[in-house]
Amino acid sequence: MTVNLRRMVAAITVASVFALVLYGLVIAPPDRVQGDAQRLMYLHVPAAWIAYVSFAVTSCASALYLIPRTRHRRWDRLATGSAELGVLFTSLAIALGSLWGRPVWGVWWTWDARLITTVVLLFLYLGYLALRRVPASVEVRARRSAIAALVAFVDVPVVHFSVIWWRTLHQQPTVLNPELNPQIEGAMATALLVGVIAFTALYITLLRWSYQLQVAEETTGAGDLAYLVARRRNTSNPAPSVPSLTEVSR
Amino acid sequence: MNEQPPPRLAVQAALVAGKDLEIEWRTRATLSRVLPFAGILVVLFAVALDPDRGILPRVAPGLFWLAVLLCALLAFGRSMDLERGNRAGIGLVLSGADPAAVFLGKAAAVAAELLVLEACVGVAMIAVYDVDVRGVALAVSAMVLATTGIAAAGTLYGAMVTLDRSRDSLLAILLLPVLLPVLLAATKLLGSATSGPSPQDRLWLGLLAVFAALYGGLGTIAFGSLFEEA
Repeated sequence: MTVNLRRMVAAITVASVFALVLYGLVIAPPDRVQGDAQRLMYLHVPAAWIAYVSFAVTSCASALYLIPRTRHRRWDRLATGSAELGVLFTSLAIALGSLWGRPVWGVWWTWDARLITTVVLLFLYLGYLALRRVPASVEVRARRSAIAALVAFVDVPVVHFSVIWWRTLHQQPTVLNPELNPQIEGAMATALLVGVIAFTALYITLLRWSYQLQVAEETTGAGDLAYLVARRRNTSNPAPSVPSLTEVSR
Repeated sequence: MNEQPPPRLAVQAALVAGKDLEIEWRTRATLSRVLPFAGILVVLFAVALDPDRGILPRVAPGLFWLAVLLCALLAFGRSMDLERGNRAGIGLVLSGADPAAVFLGKAAAVAAELLVLEACVGVAMIAVYDVDVRGVALAVSAMVLATTGIAAAGTLYGAMVTLDRSRDSLLAILLLPVLLPVLLAATKLLGSATSGPSPQDRLWLGLLAVFAALYGGLGTIAFGSLFEEA
């Protein structure tokens, strides 16, 4: 990502988050039935959207890693960072949905199909992250994780069909409904759109940080090892100087 | 010198399944642990839900599949341990067997063990929970399809976690969420087999068949690289 693009994404992130606060709390009117509780939609829906986007990115990056022609460490880093963010945003979507459900449905949690399958999706990717922590060489871990991510992504159609088969308490999609007829007031629709833009920009920013962190970890890890080996050698055979960490890392 | 062509995939898979089942027959390492575990689960479920409330026959289908899933975790761990012991897996790789055949063979062997387990747990629940099975054909179809899916997914994930020391807990985290559709569909079908057929039974049978085909296909493709690195 070039410096200009990075700055632009950062600016969009900050501006859209401010715009979301303004639209969500001030400009958009309260819902006639649900009152101010409905304002949670401007966070809950974008969080759920980004949760699904994250898992799609993890799956695509994993597939690109598994294809020999496109295999590169960058896809593995992207898949990891996106899965971590997917877990974060799925948890956020579930927590916000629970807060919204309490005044509207009267319960914190209900055994609704979409809720169950979203939680299952969360556990699938927690498992994926746990698998990544199993000691193995970089290559083995990347390949195994890529396969695990693709196998887990198979659960997504089950999420979709479960909503259709066990149609229960959860509200049907308001904007992307089967009739493609958005049932939402103008200012509310704008607030929701701003929310989606803000969360998407935030996701891109966090993903870039996660990617950079992984690169730094890999580099520092190798540097540390070289530094420790050099220091050990100097201890057994006293030499005048021990190379510093930055020197070895270079 | 004429080189013999390698046996067909099905023959190779049958050889691998036969090997695993013969080891199990001689050692009884899996069933000797899994059957007592299943037995204690049947008792514990009844104690936890209070047998006097008359709830057990109604929830028996769900409890049956929960017991099977928990026991299956032990069976998958044992299946991959067979290849770790004495580094037998290297022999299997060097034998030139197609990795897809190794996957299918190992999944078939675990499926056979699970079917034996299910028969035992089923008989125990019929006797102890006072369950009346009216649709035997439906129950058997559900068991065969669900077991195929469980065996395929479990063998695939078993190969992923085989290098980890705490692989049993990791396998549980990875596998149980994946098996949720199987648990749901198989419980619904067993419920229909005990309380009367439902119009949705075909749908659930279809779901089980799709799941088995999906994970069977994924395992056939992916098992090679996972098994060789393990």
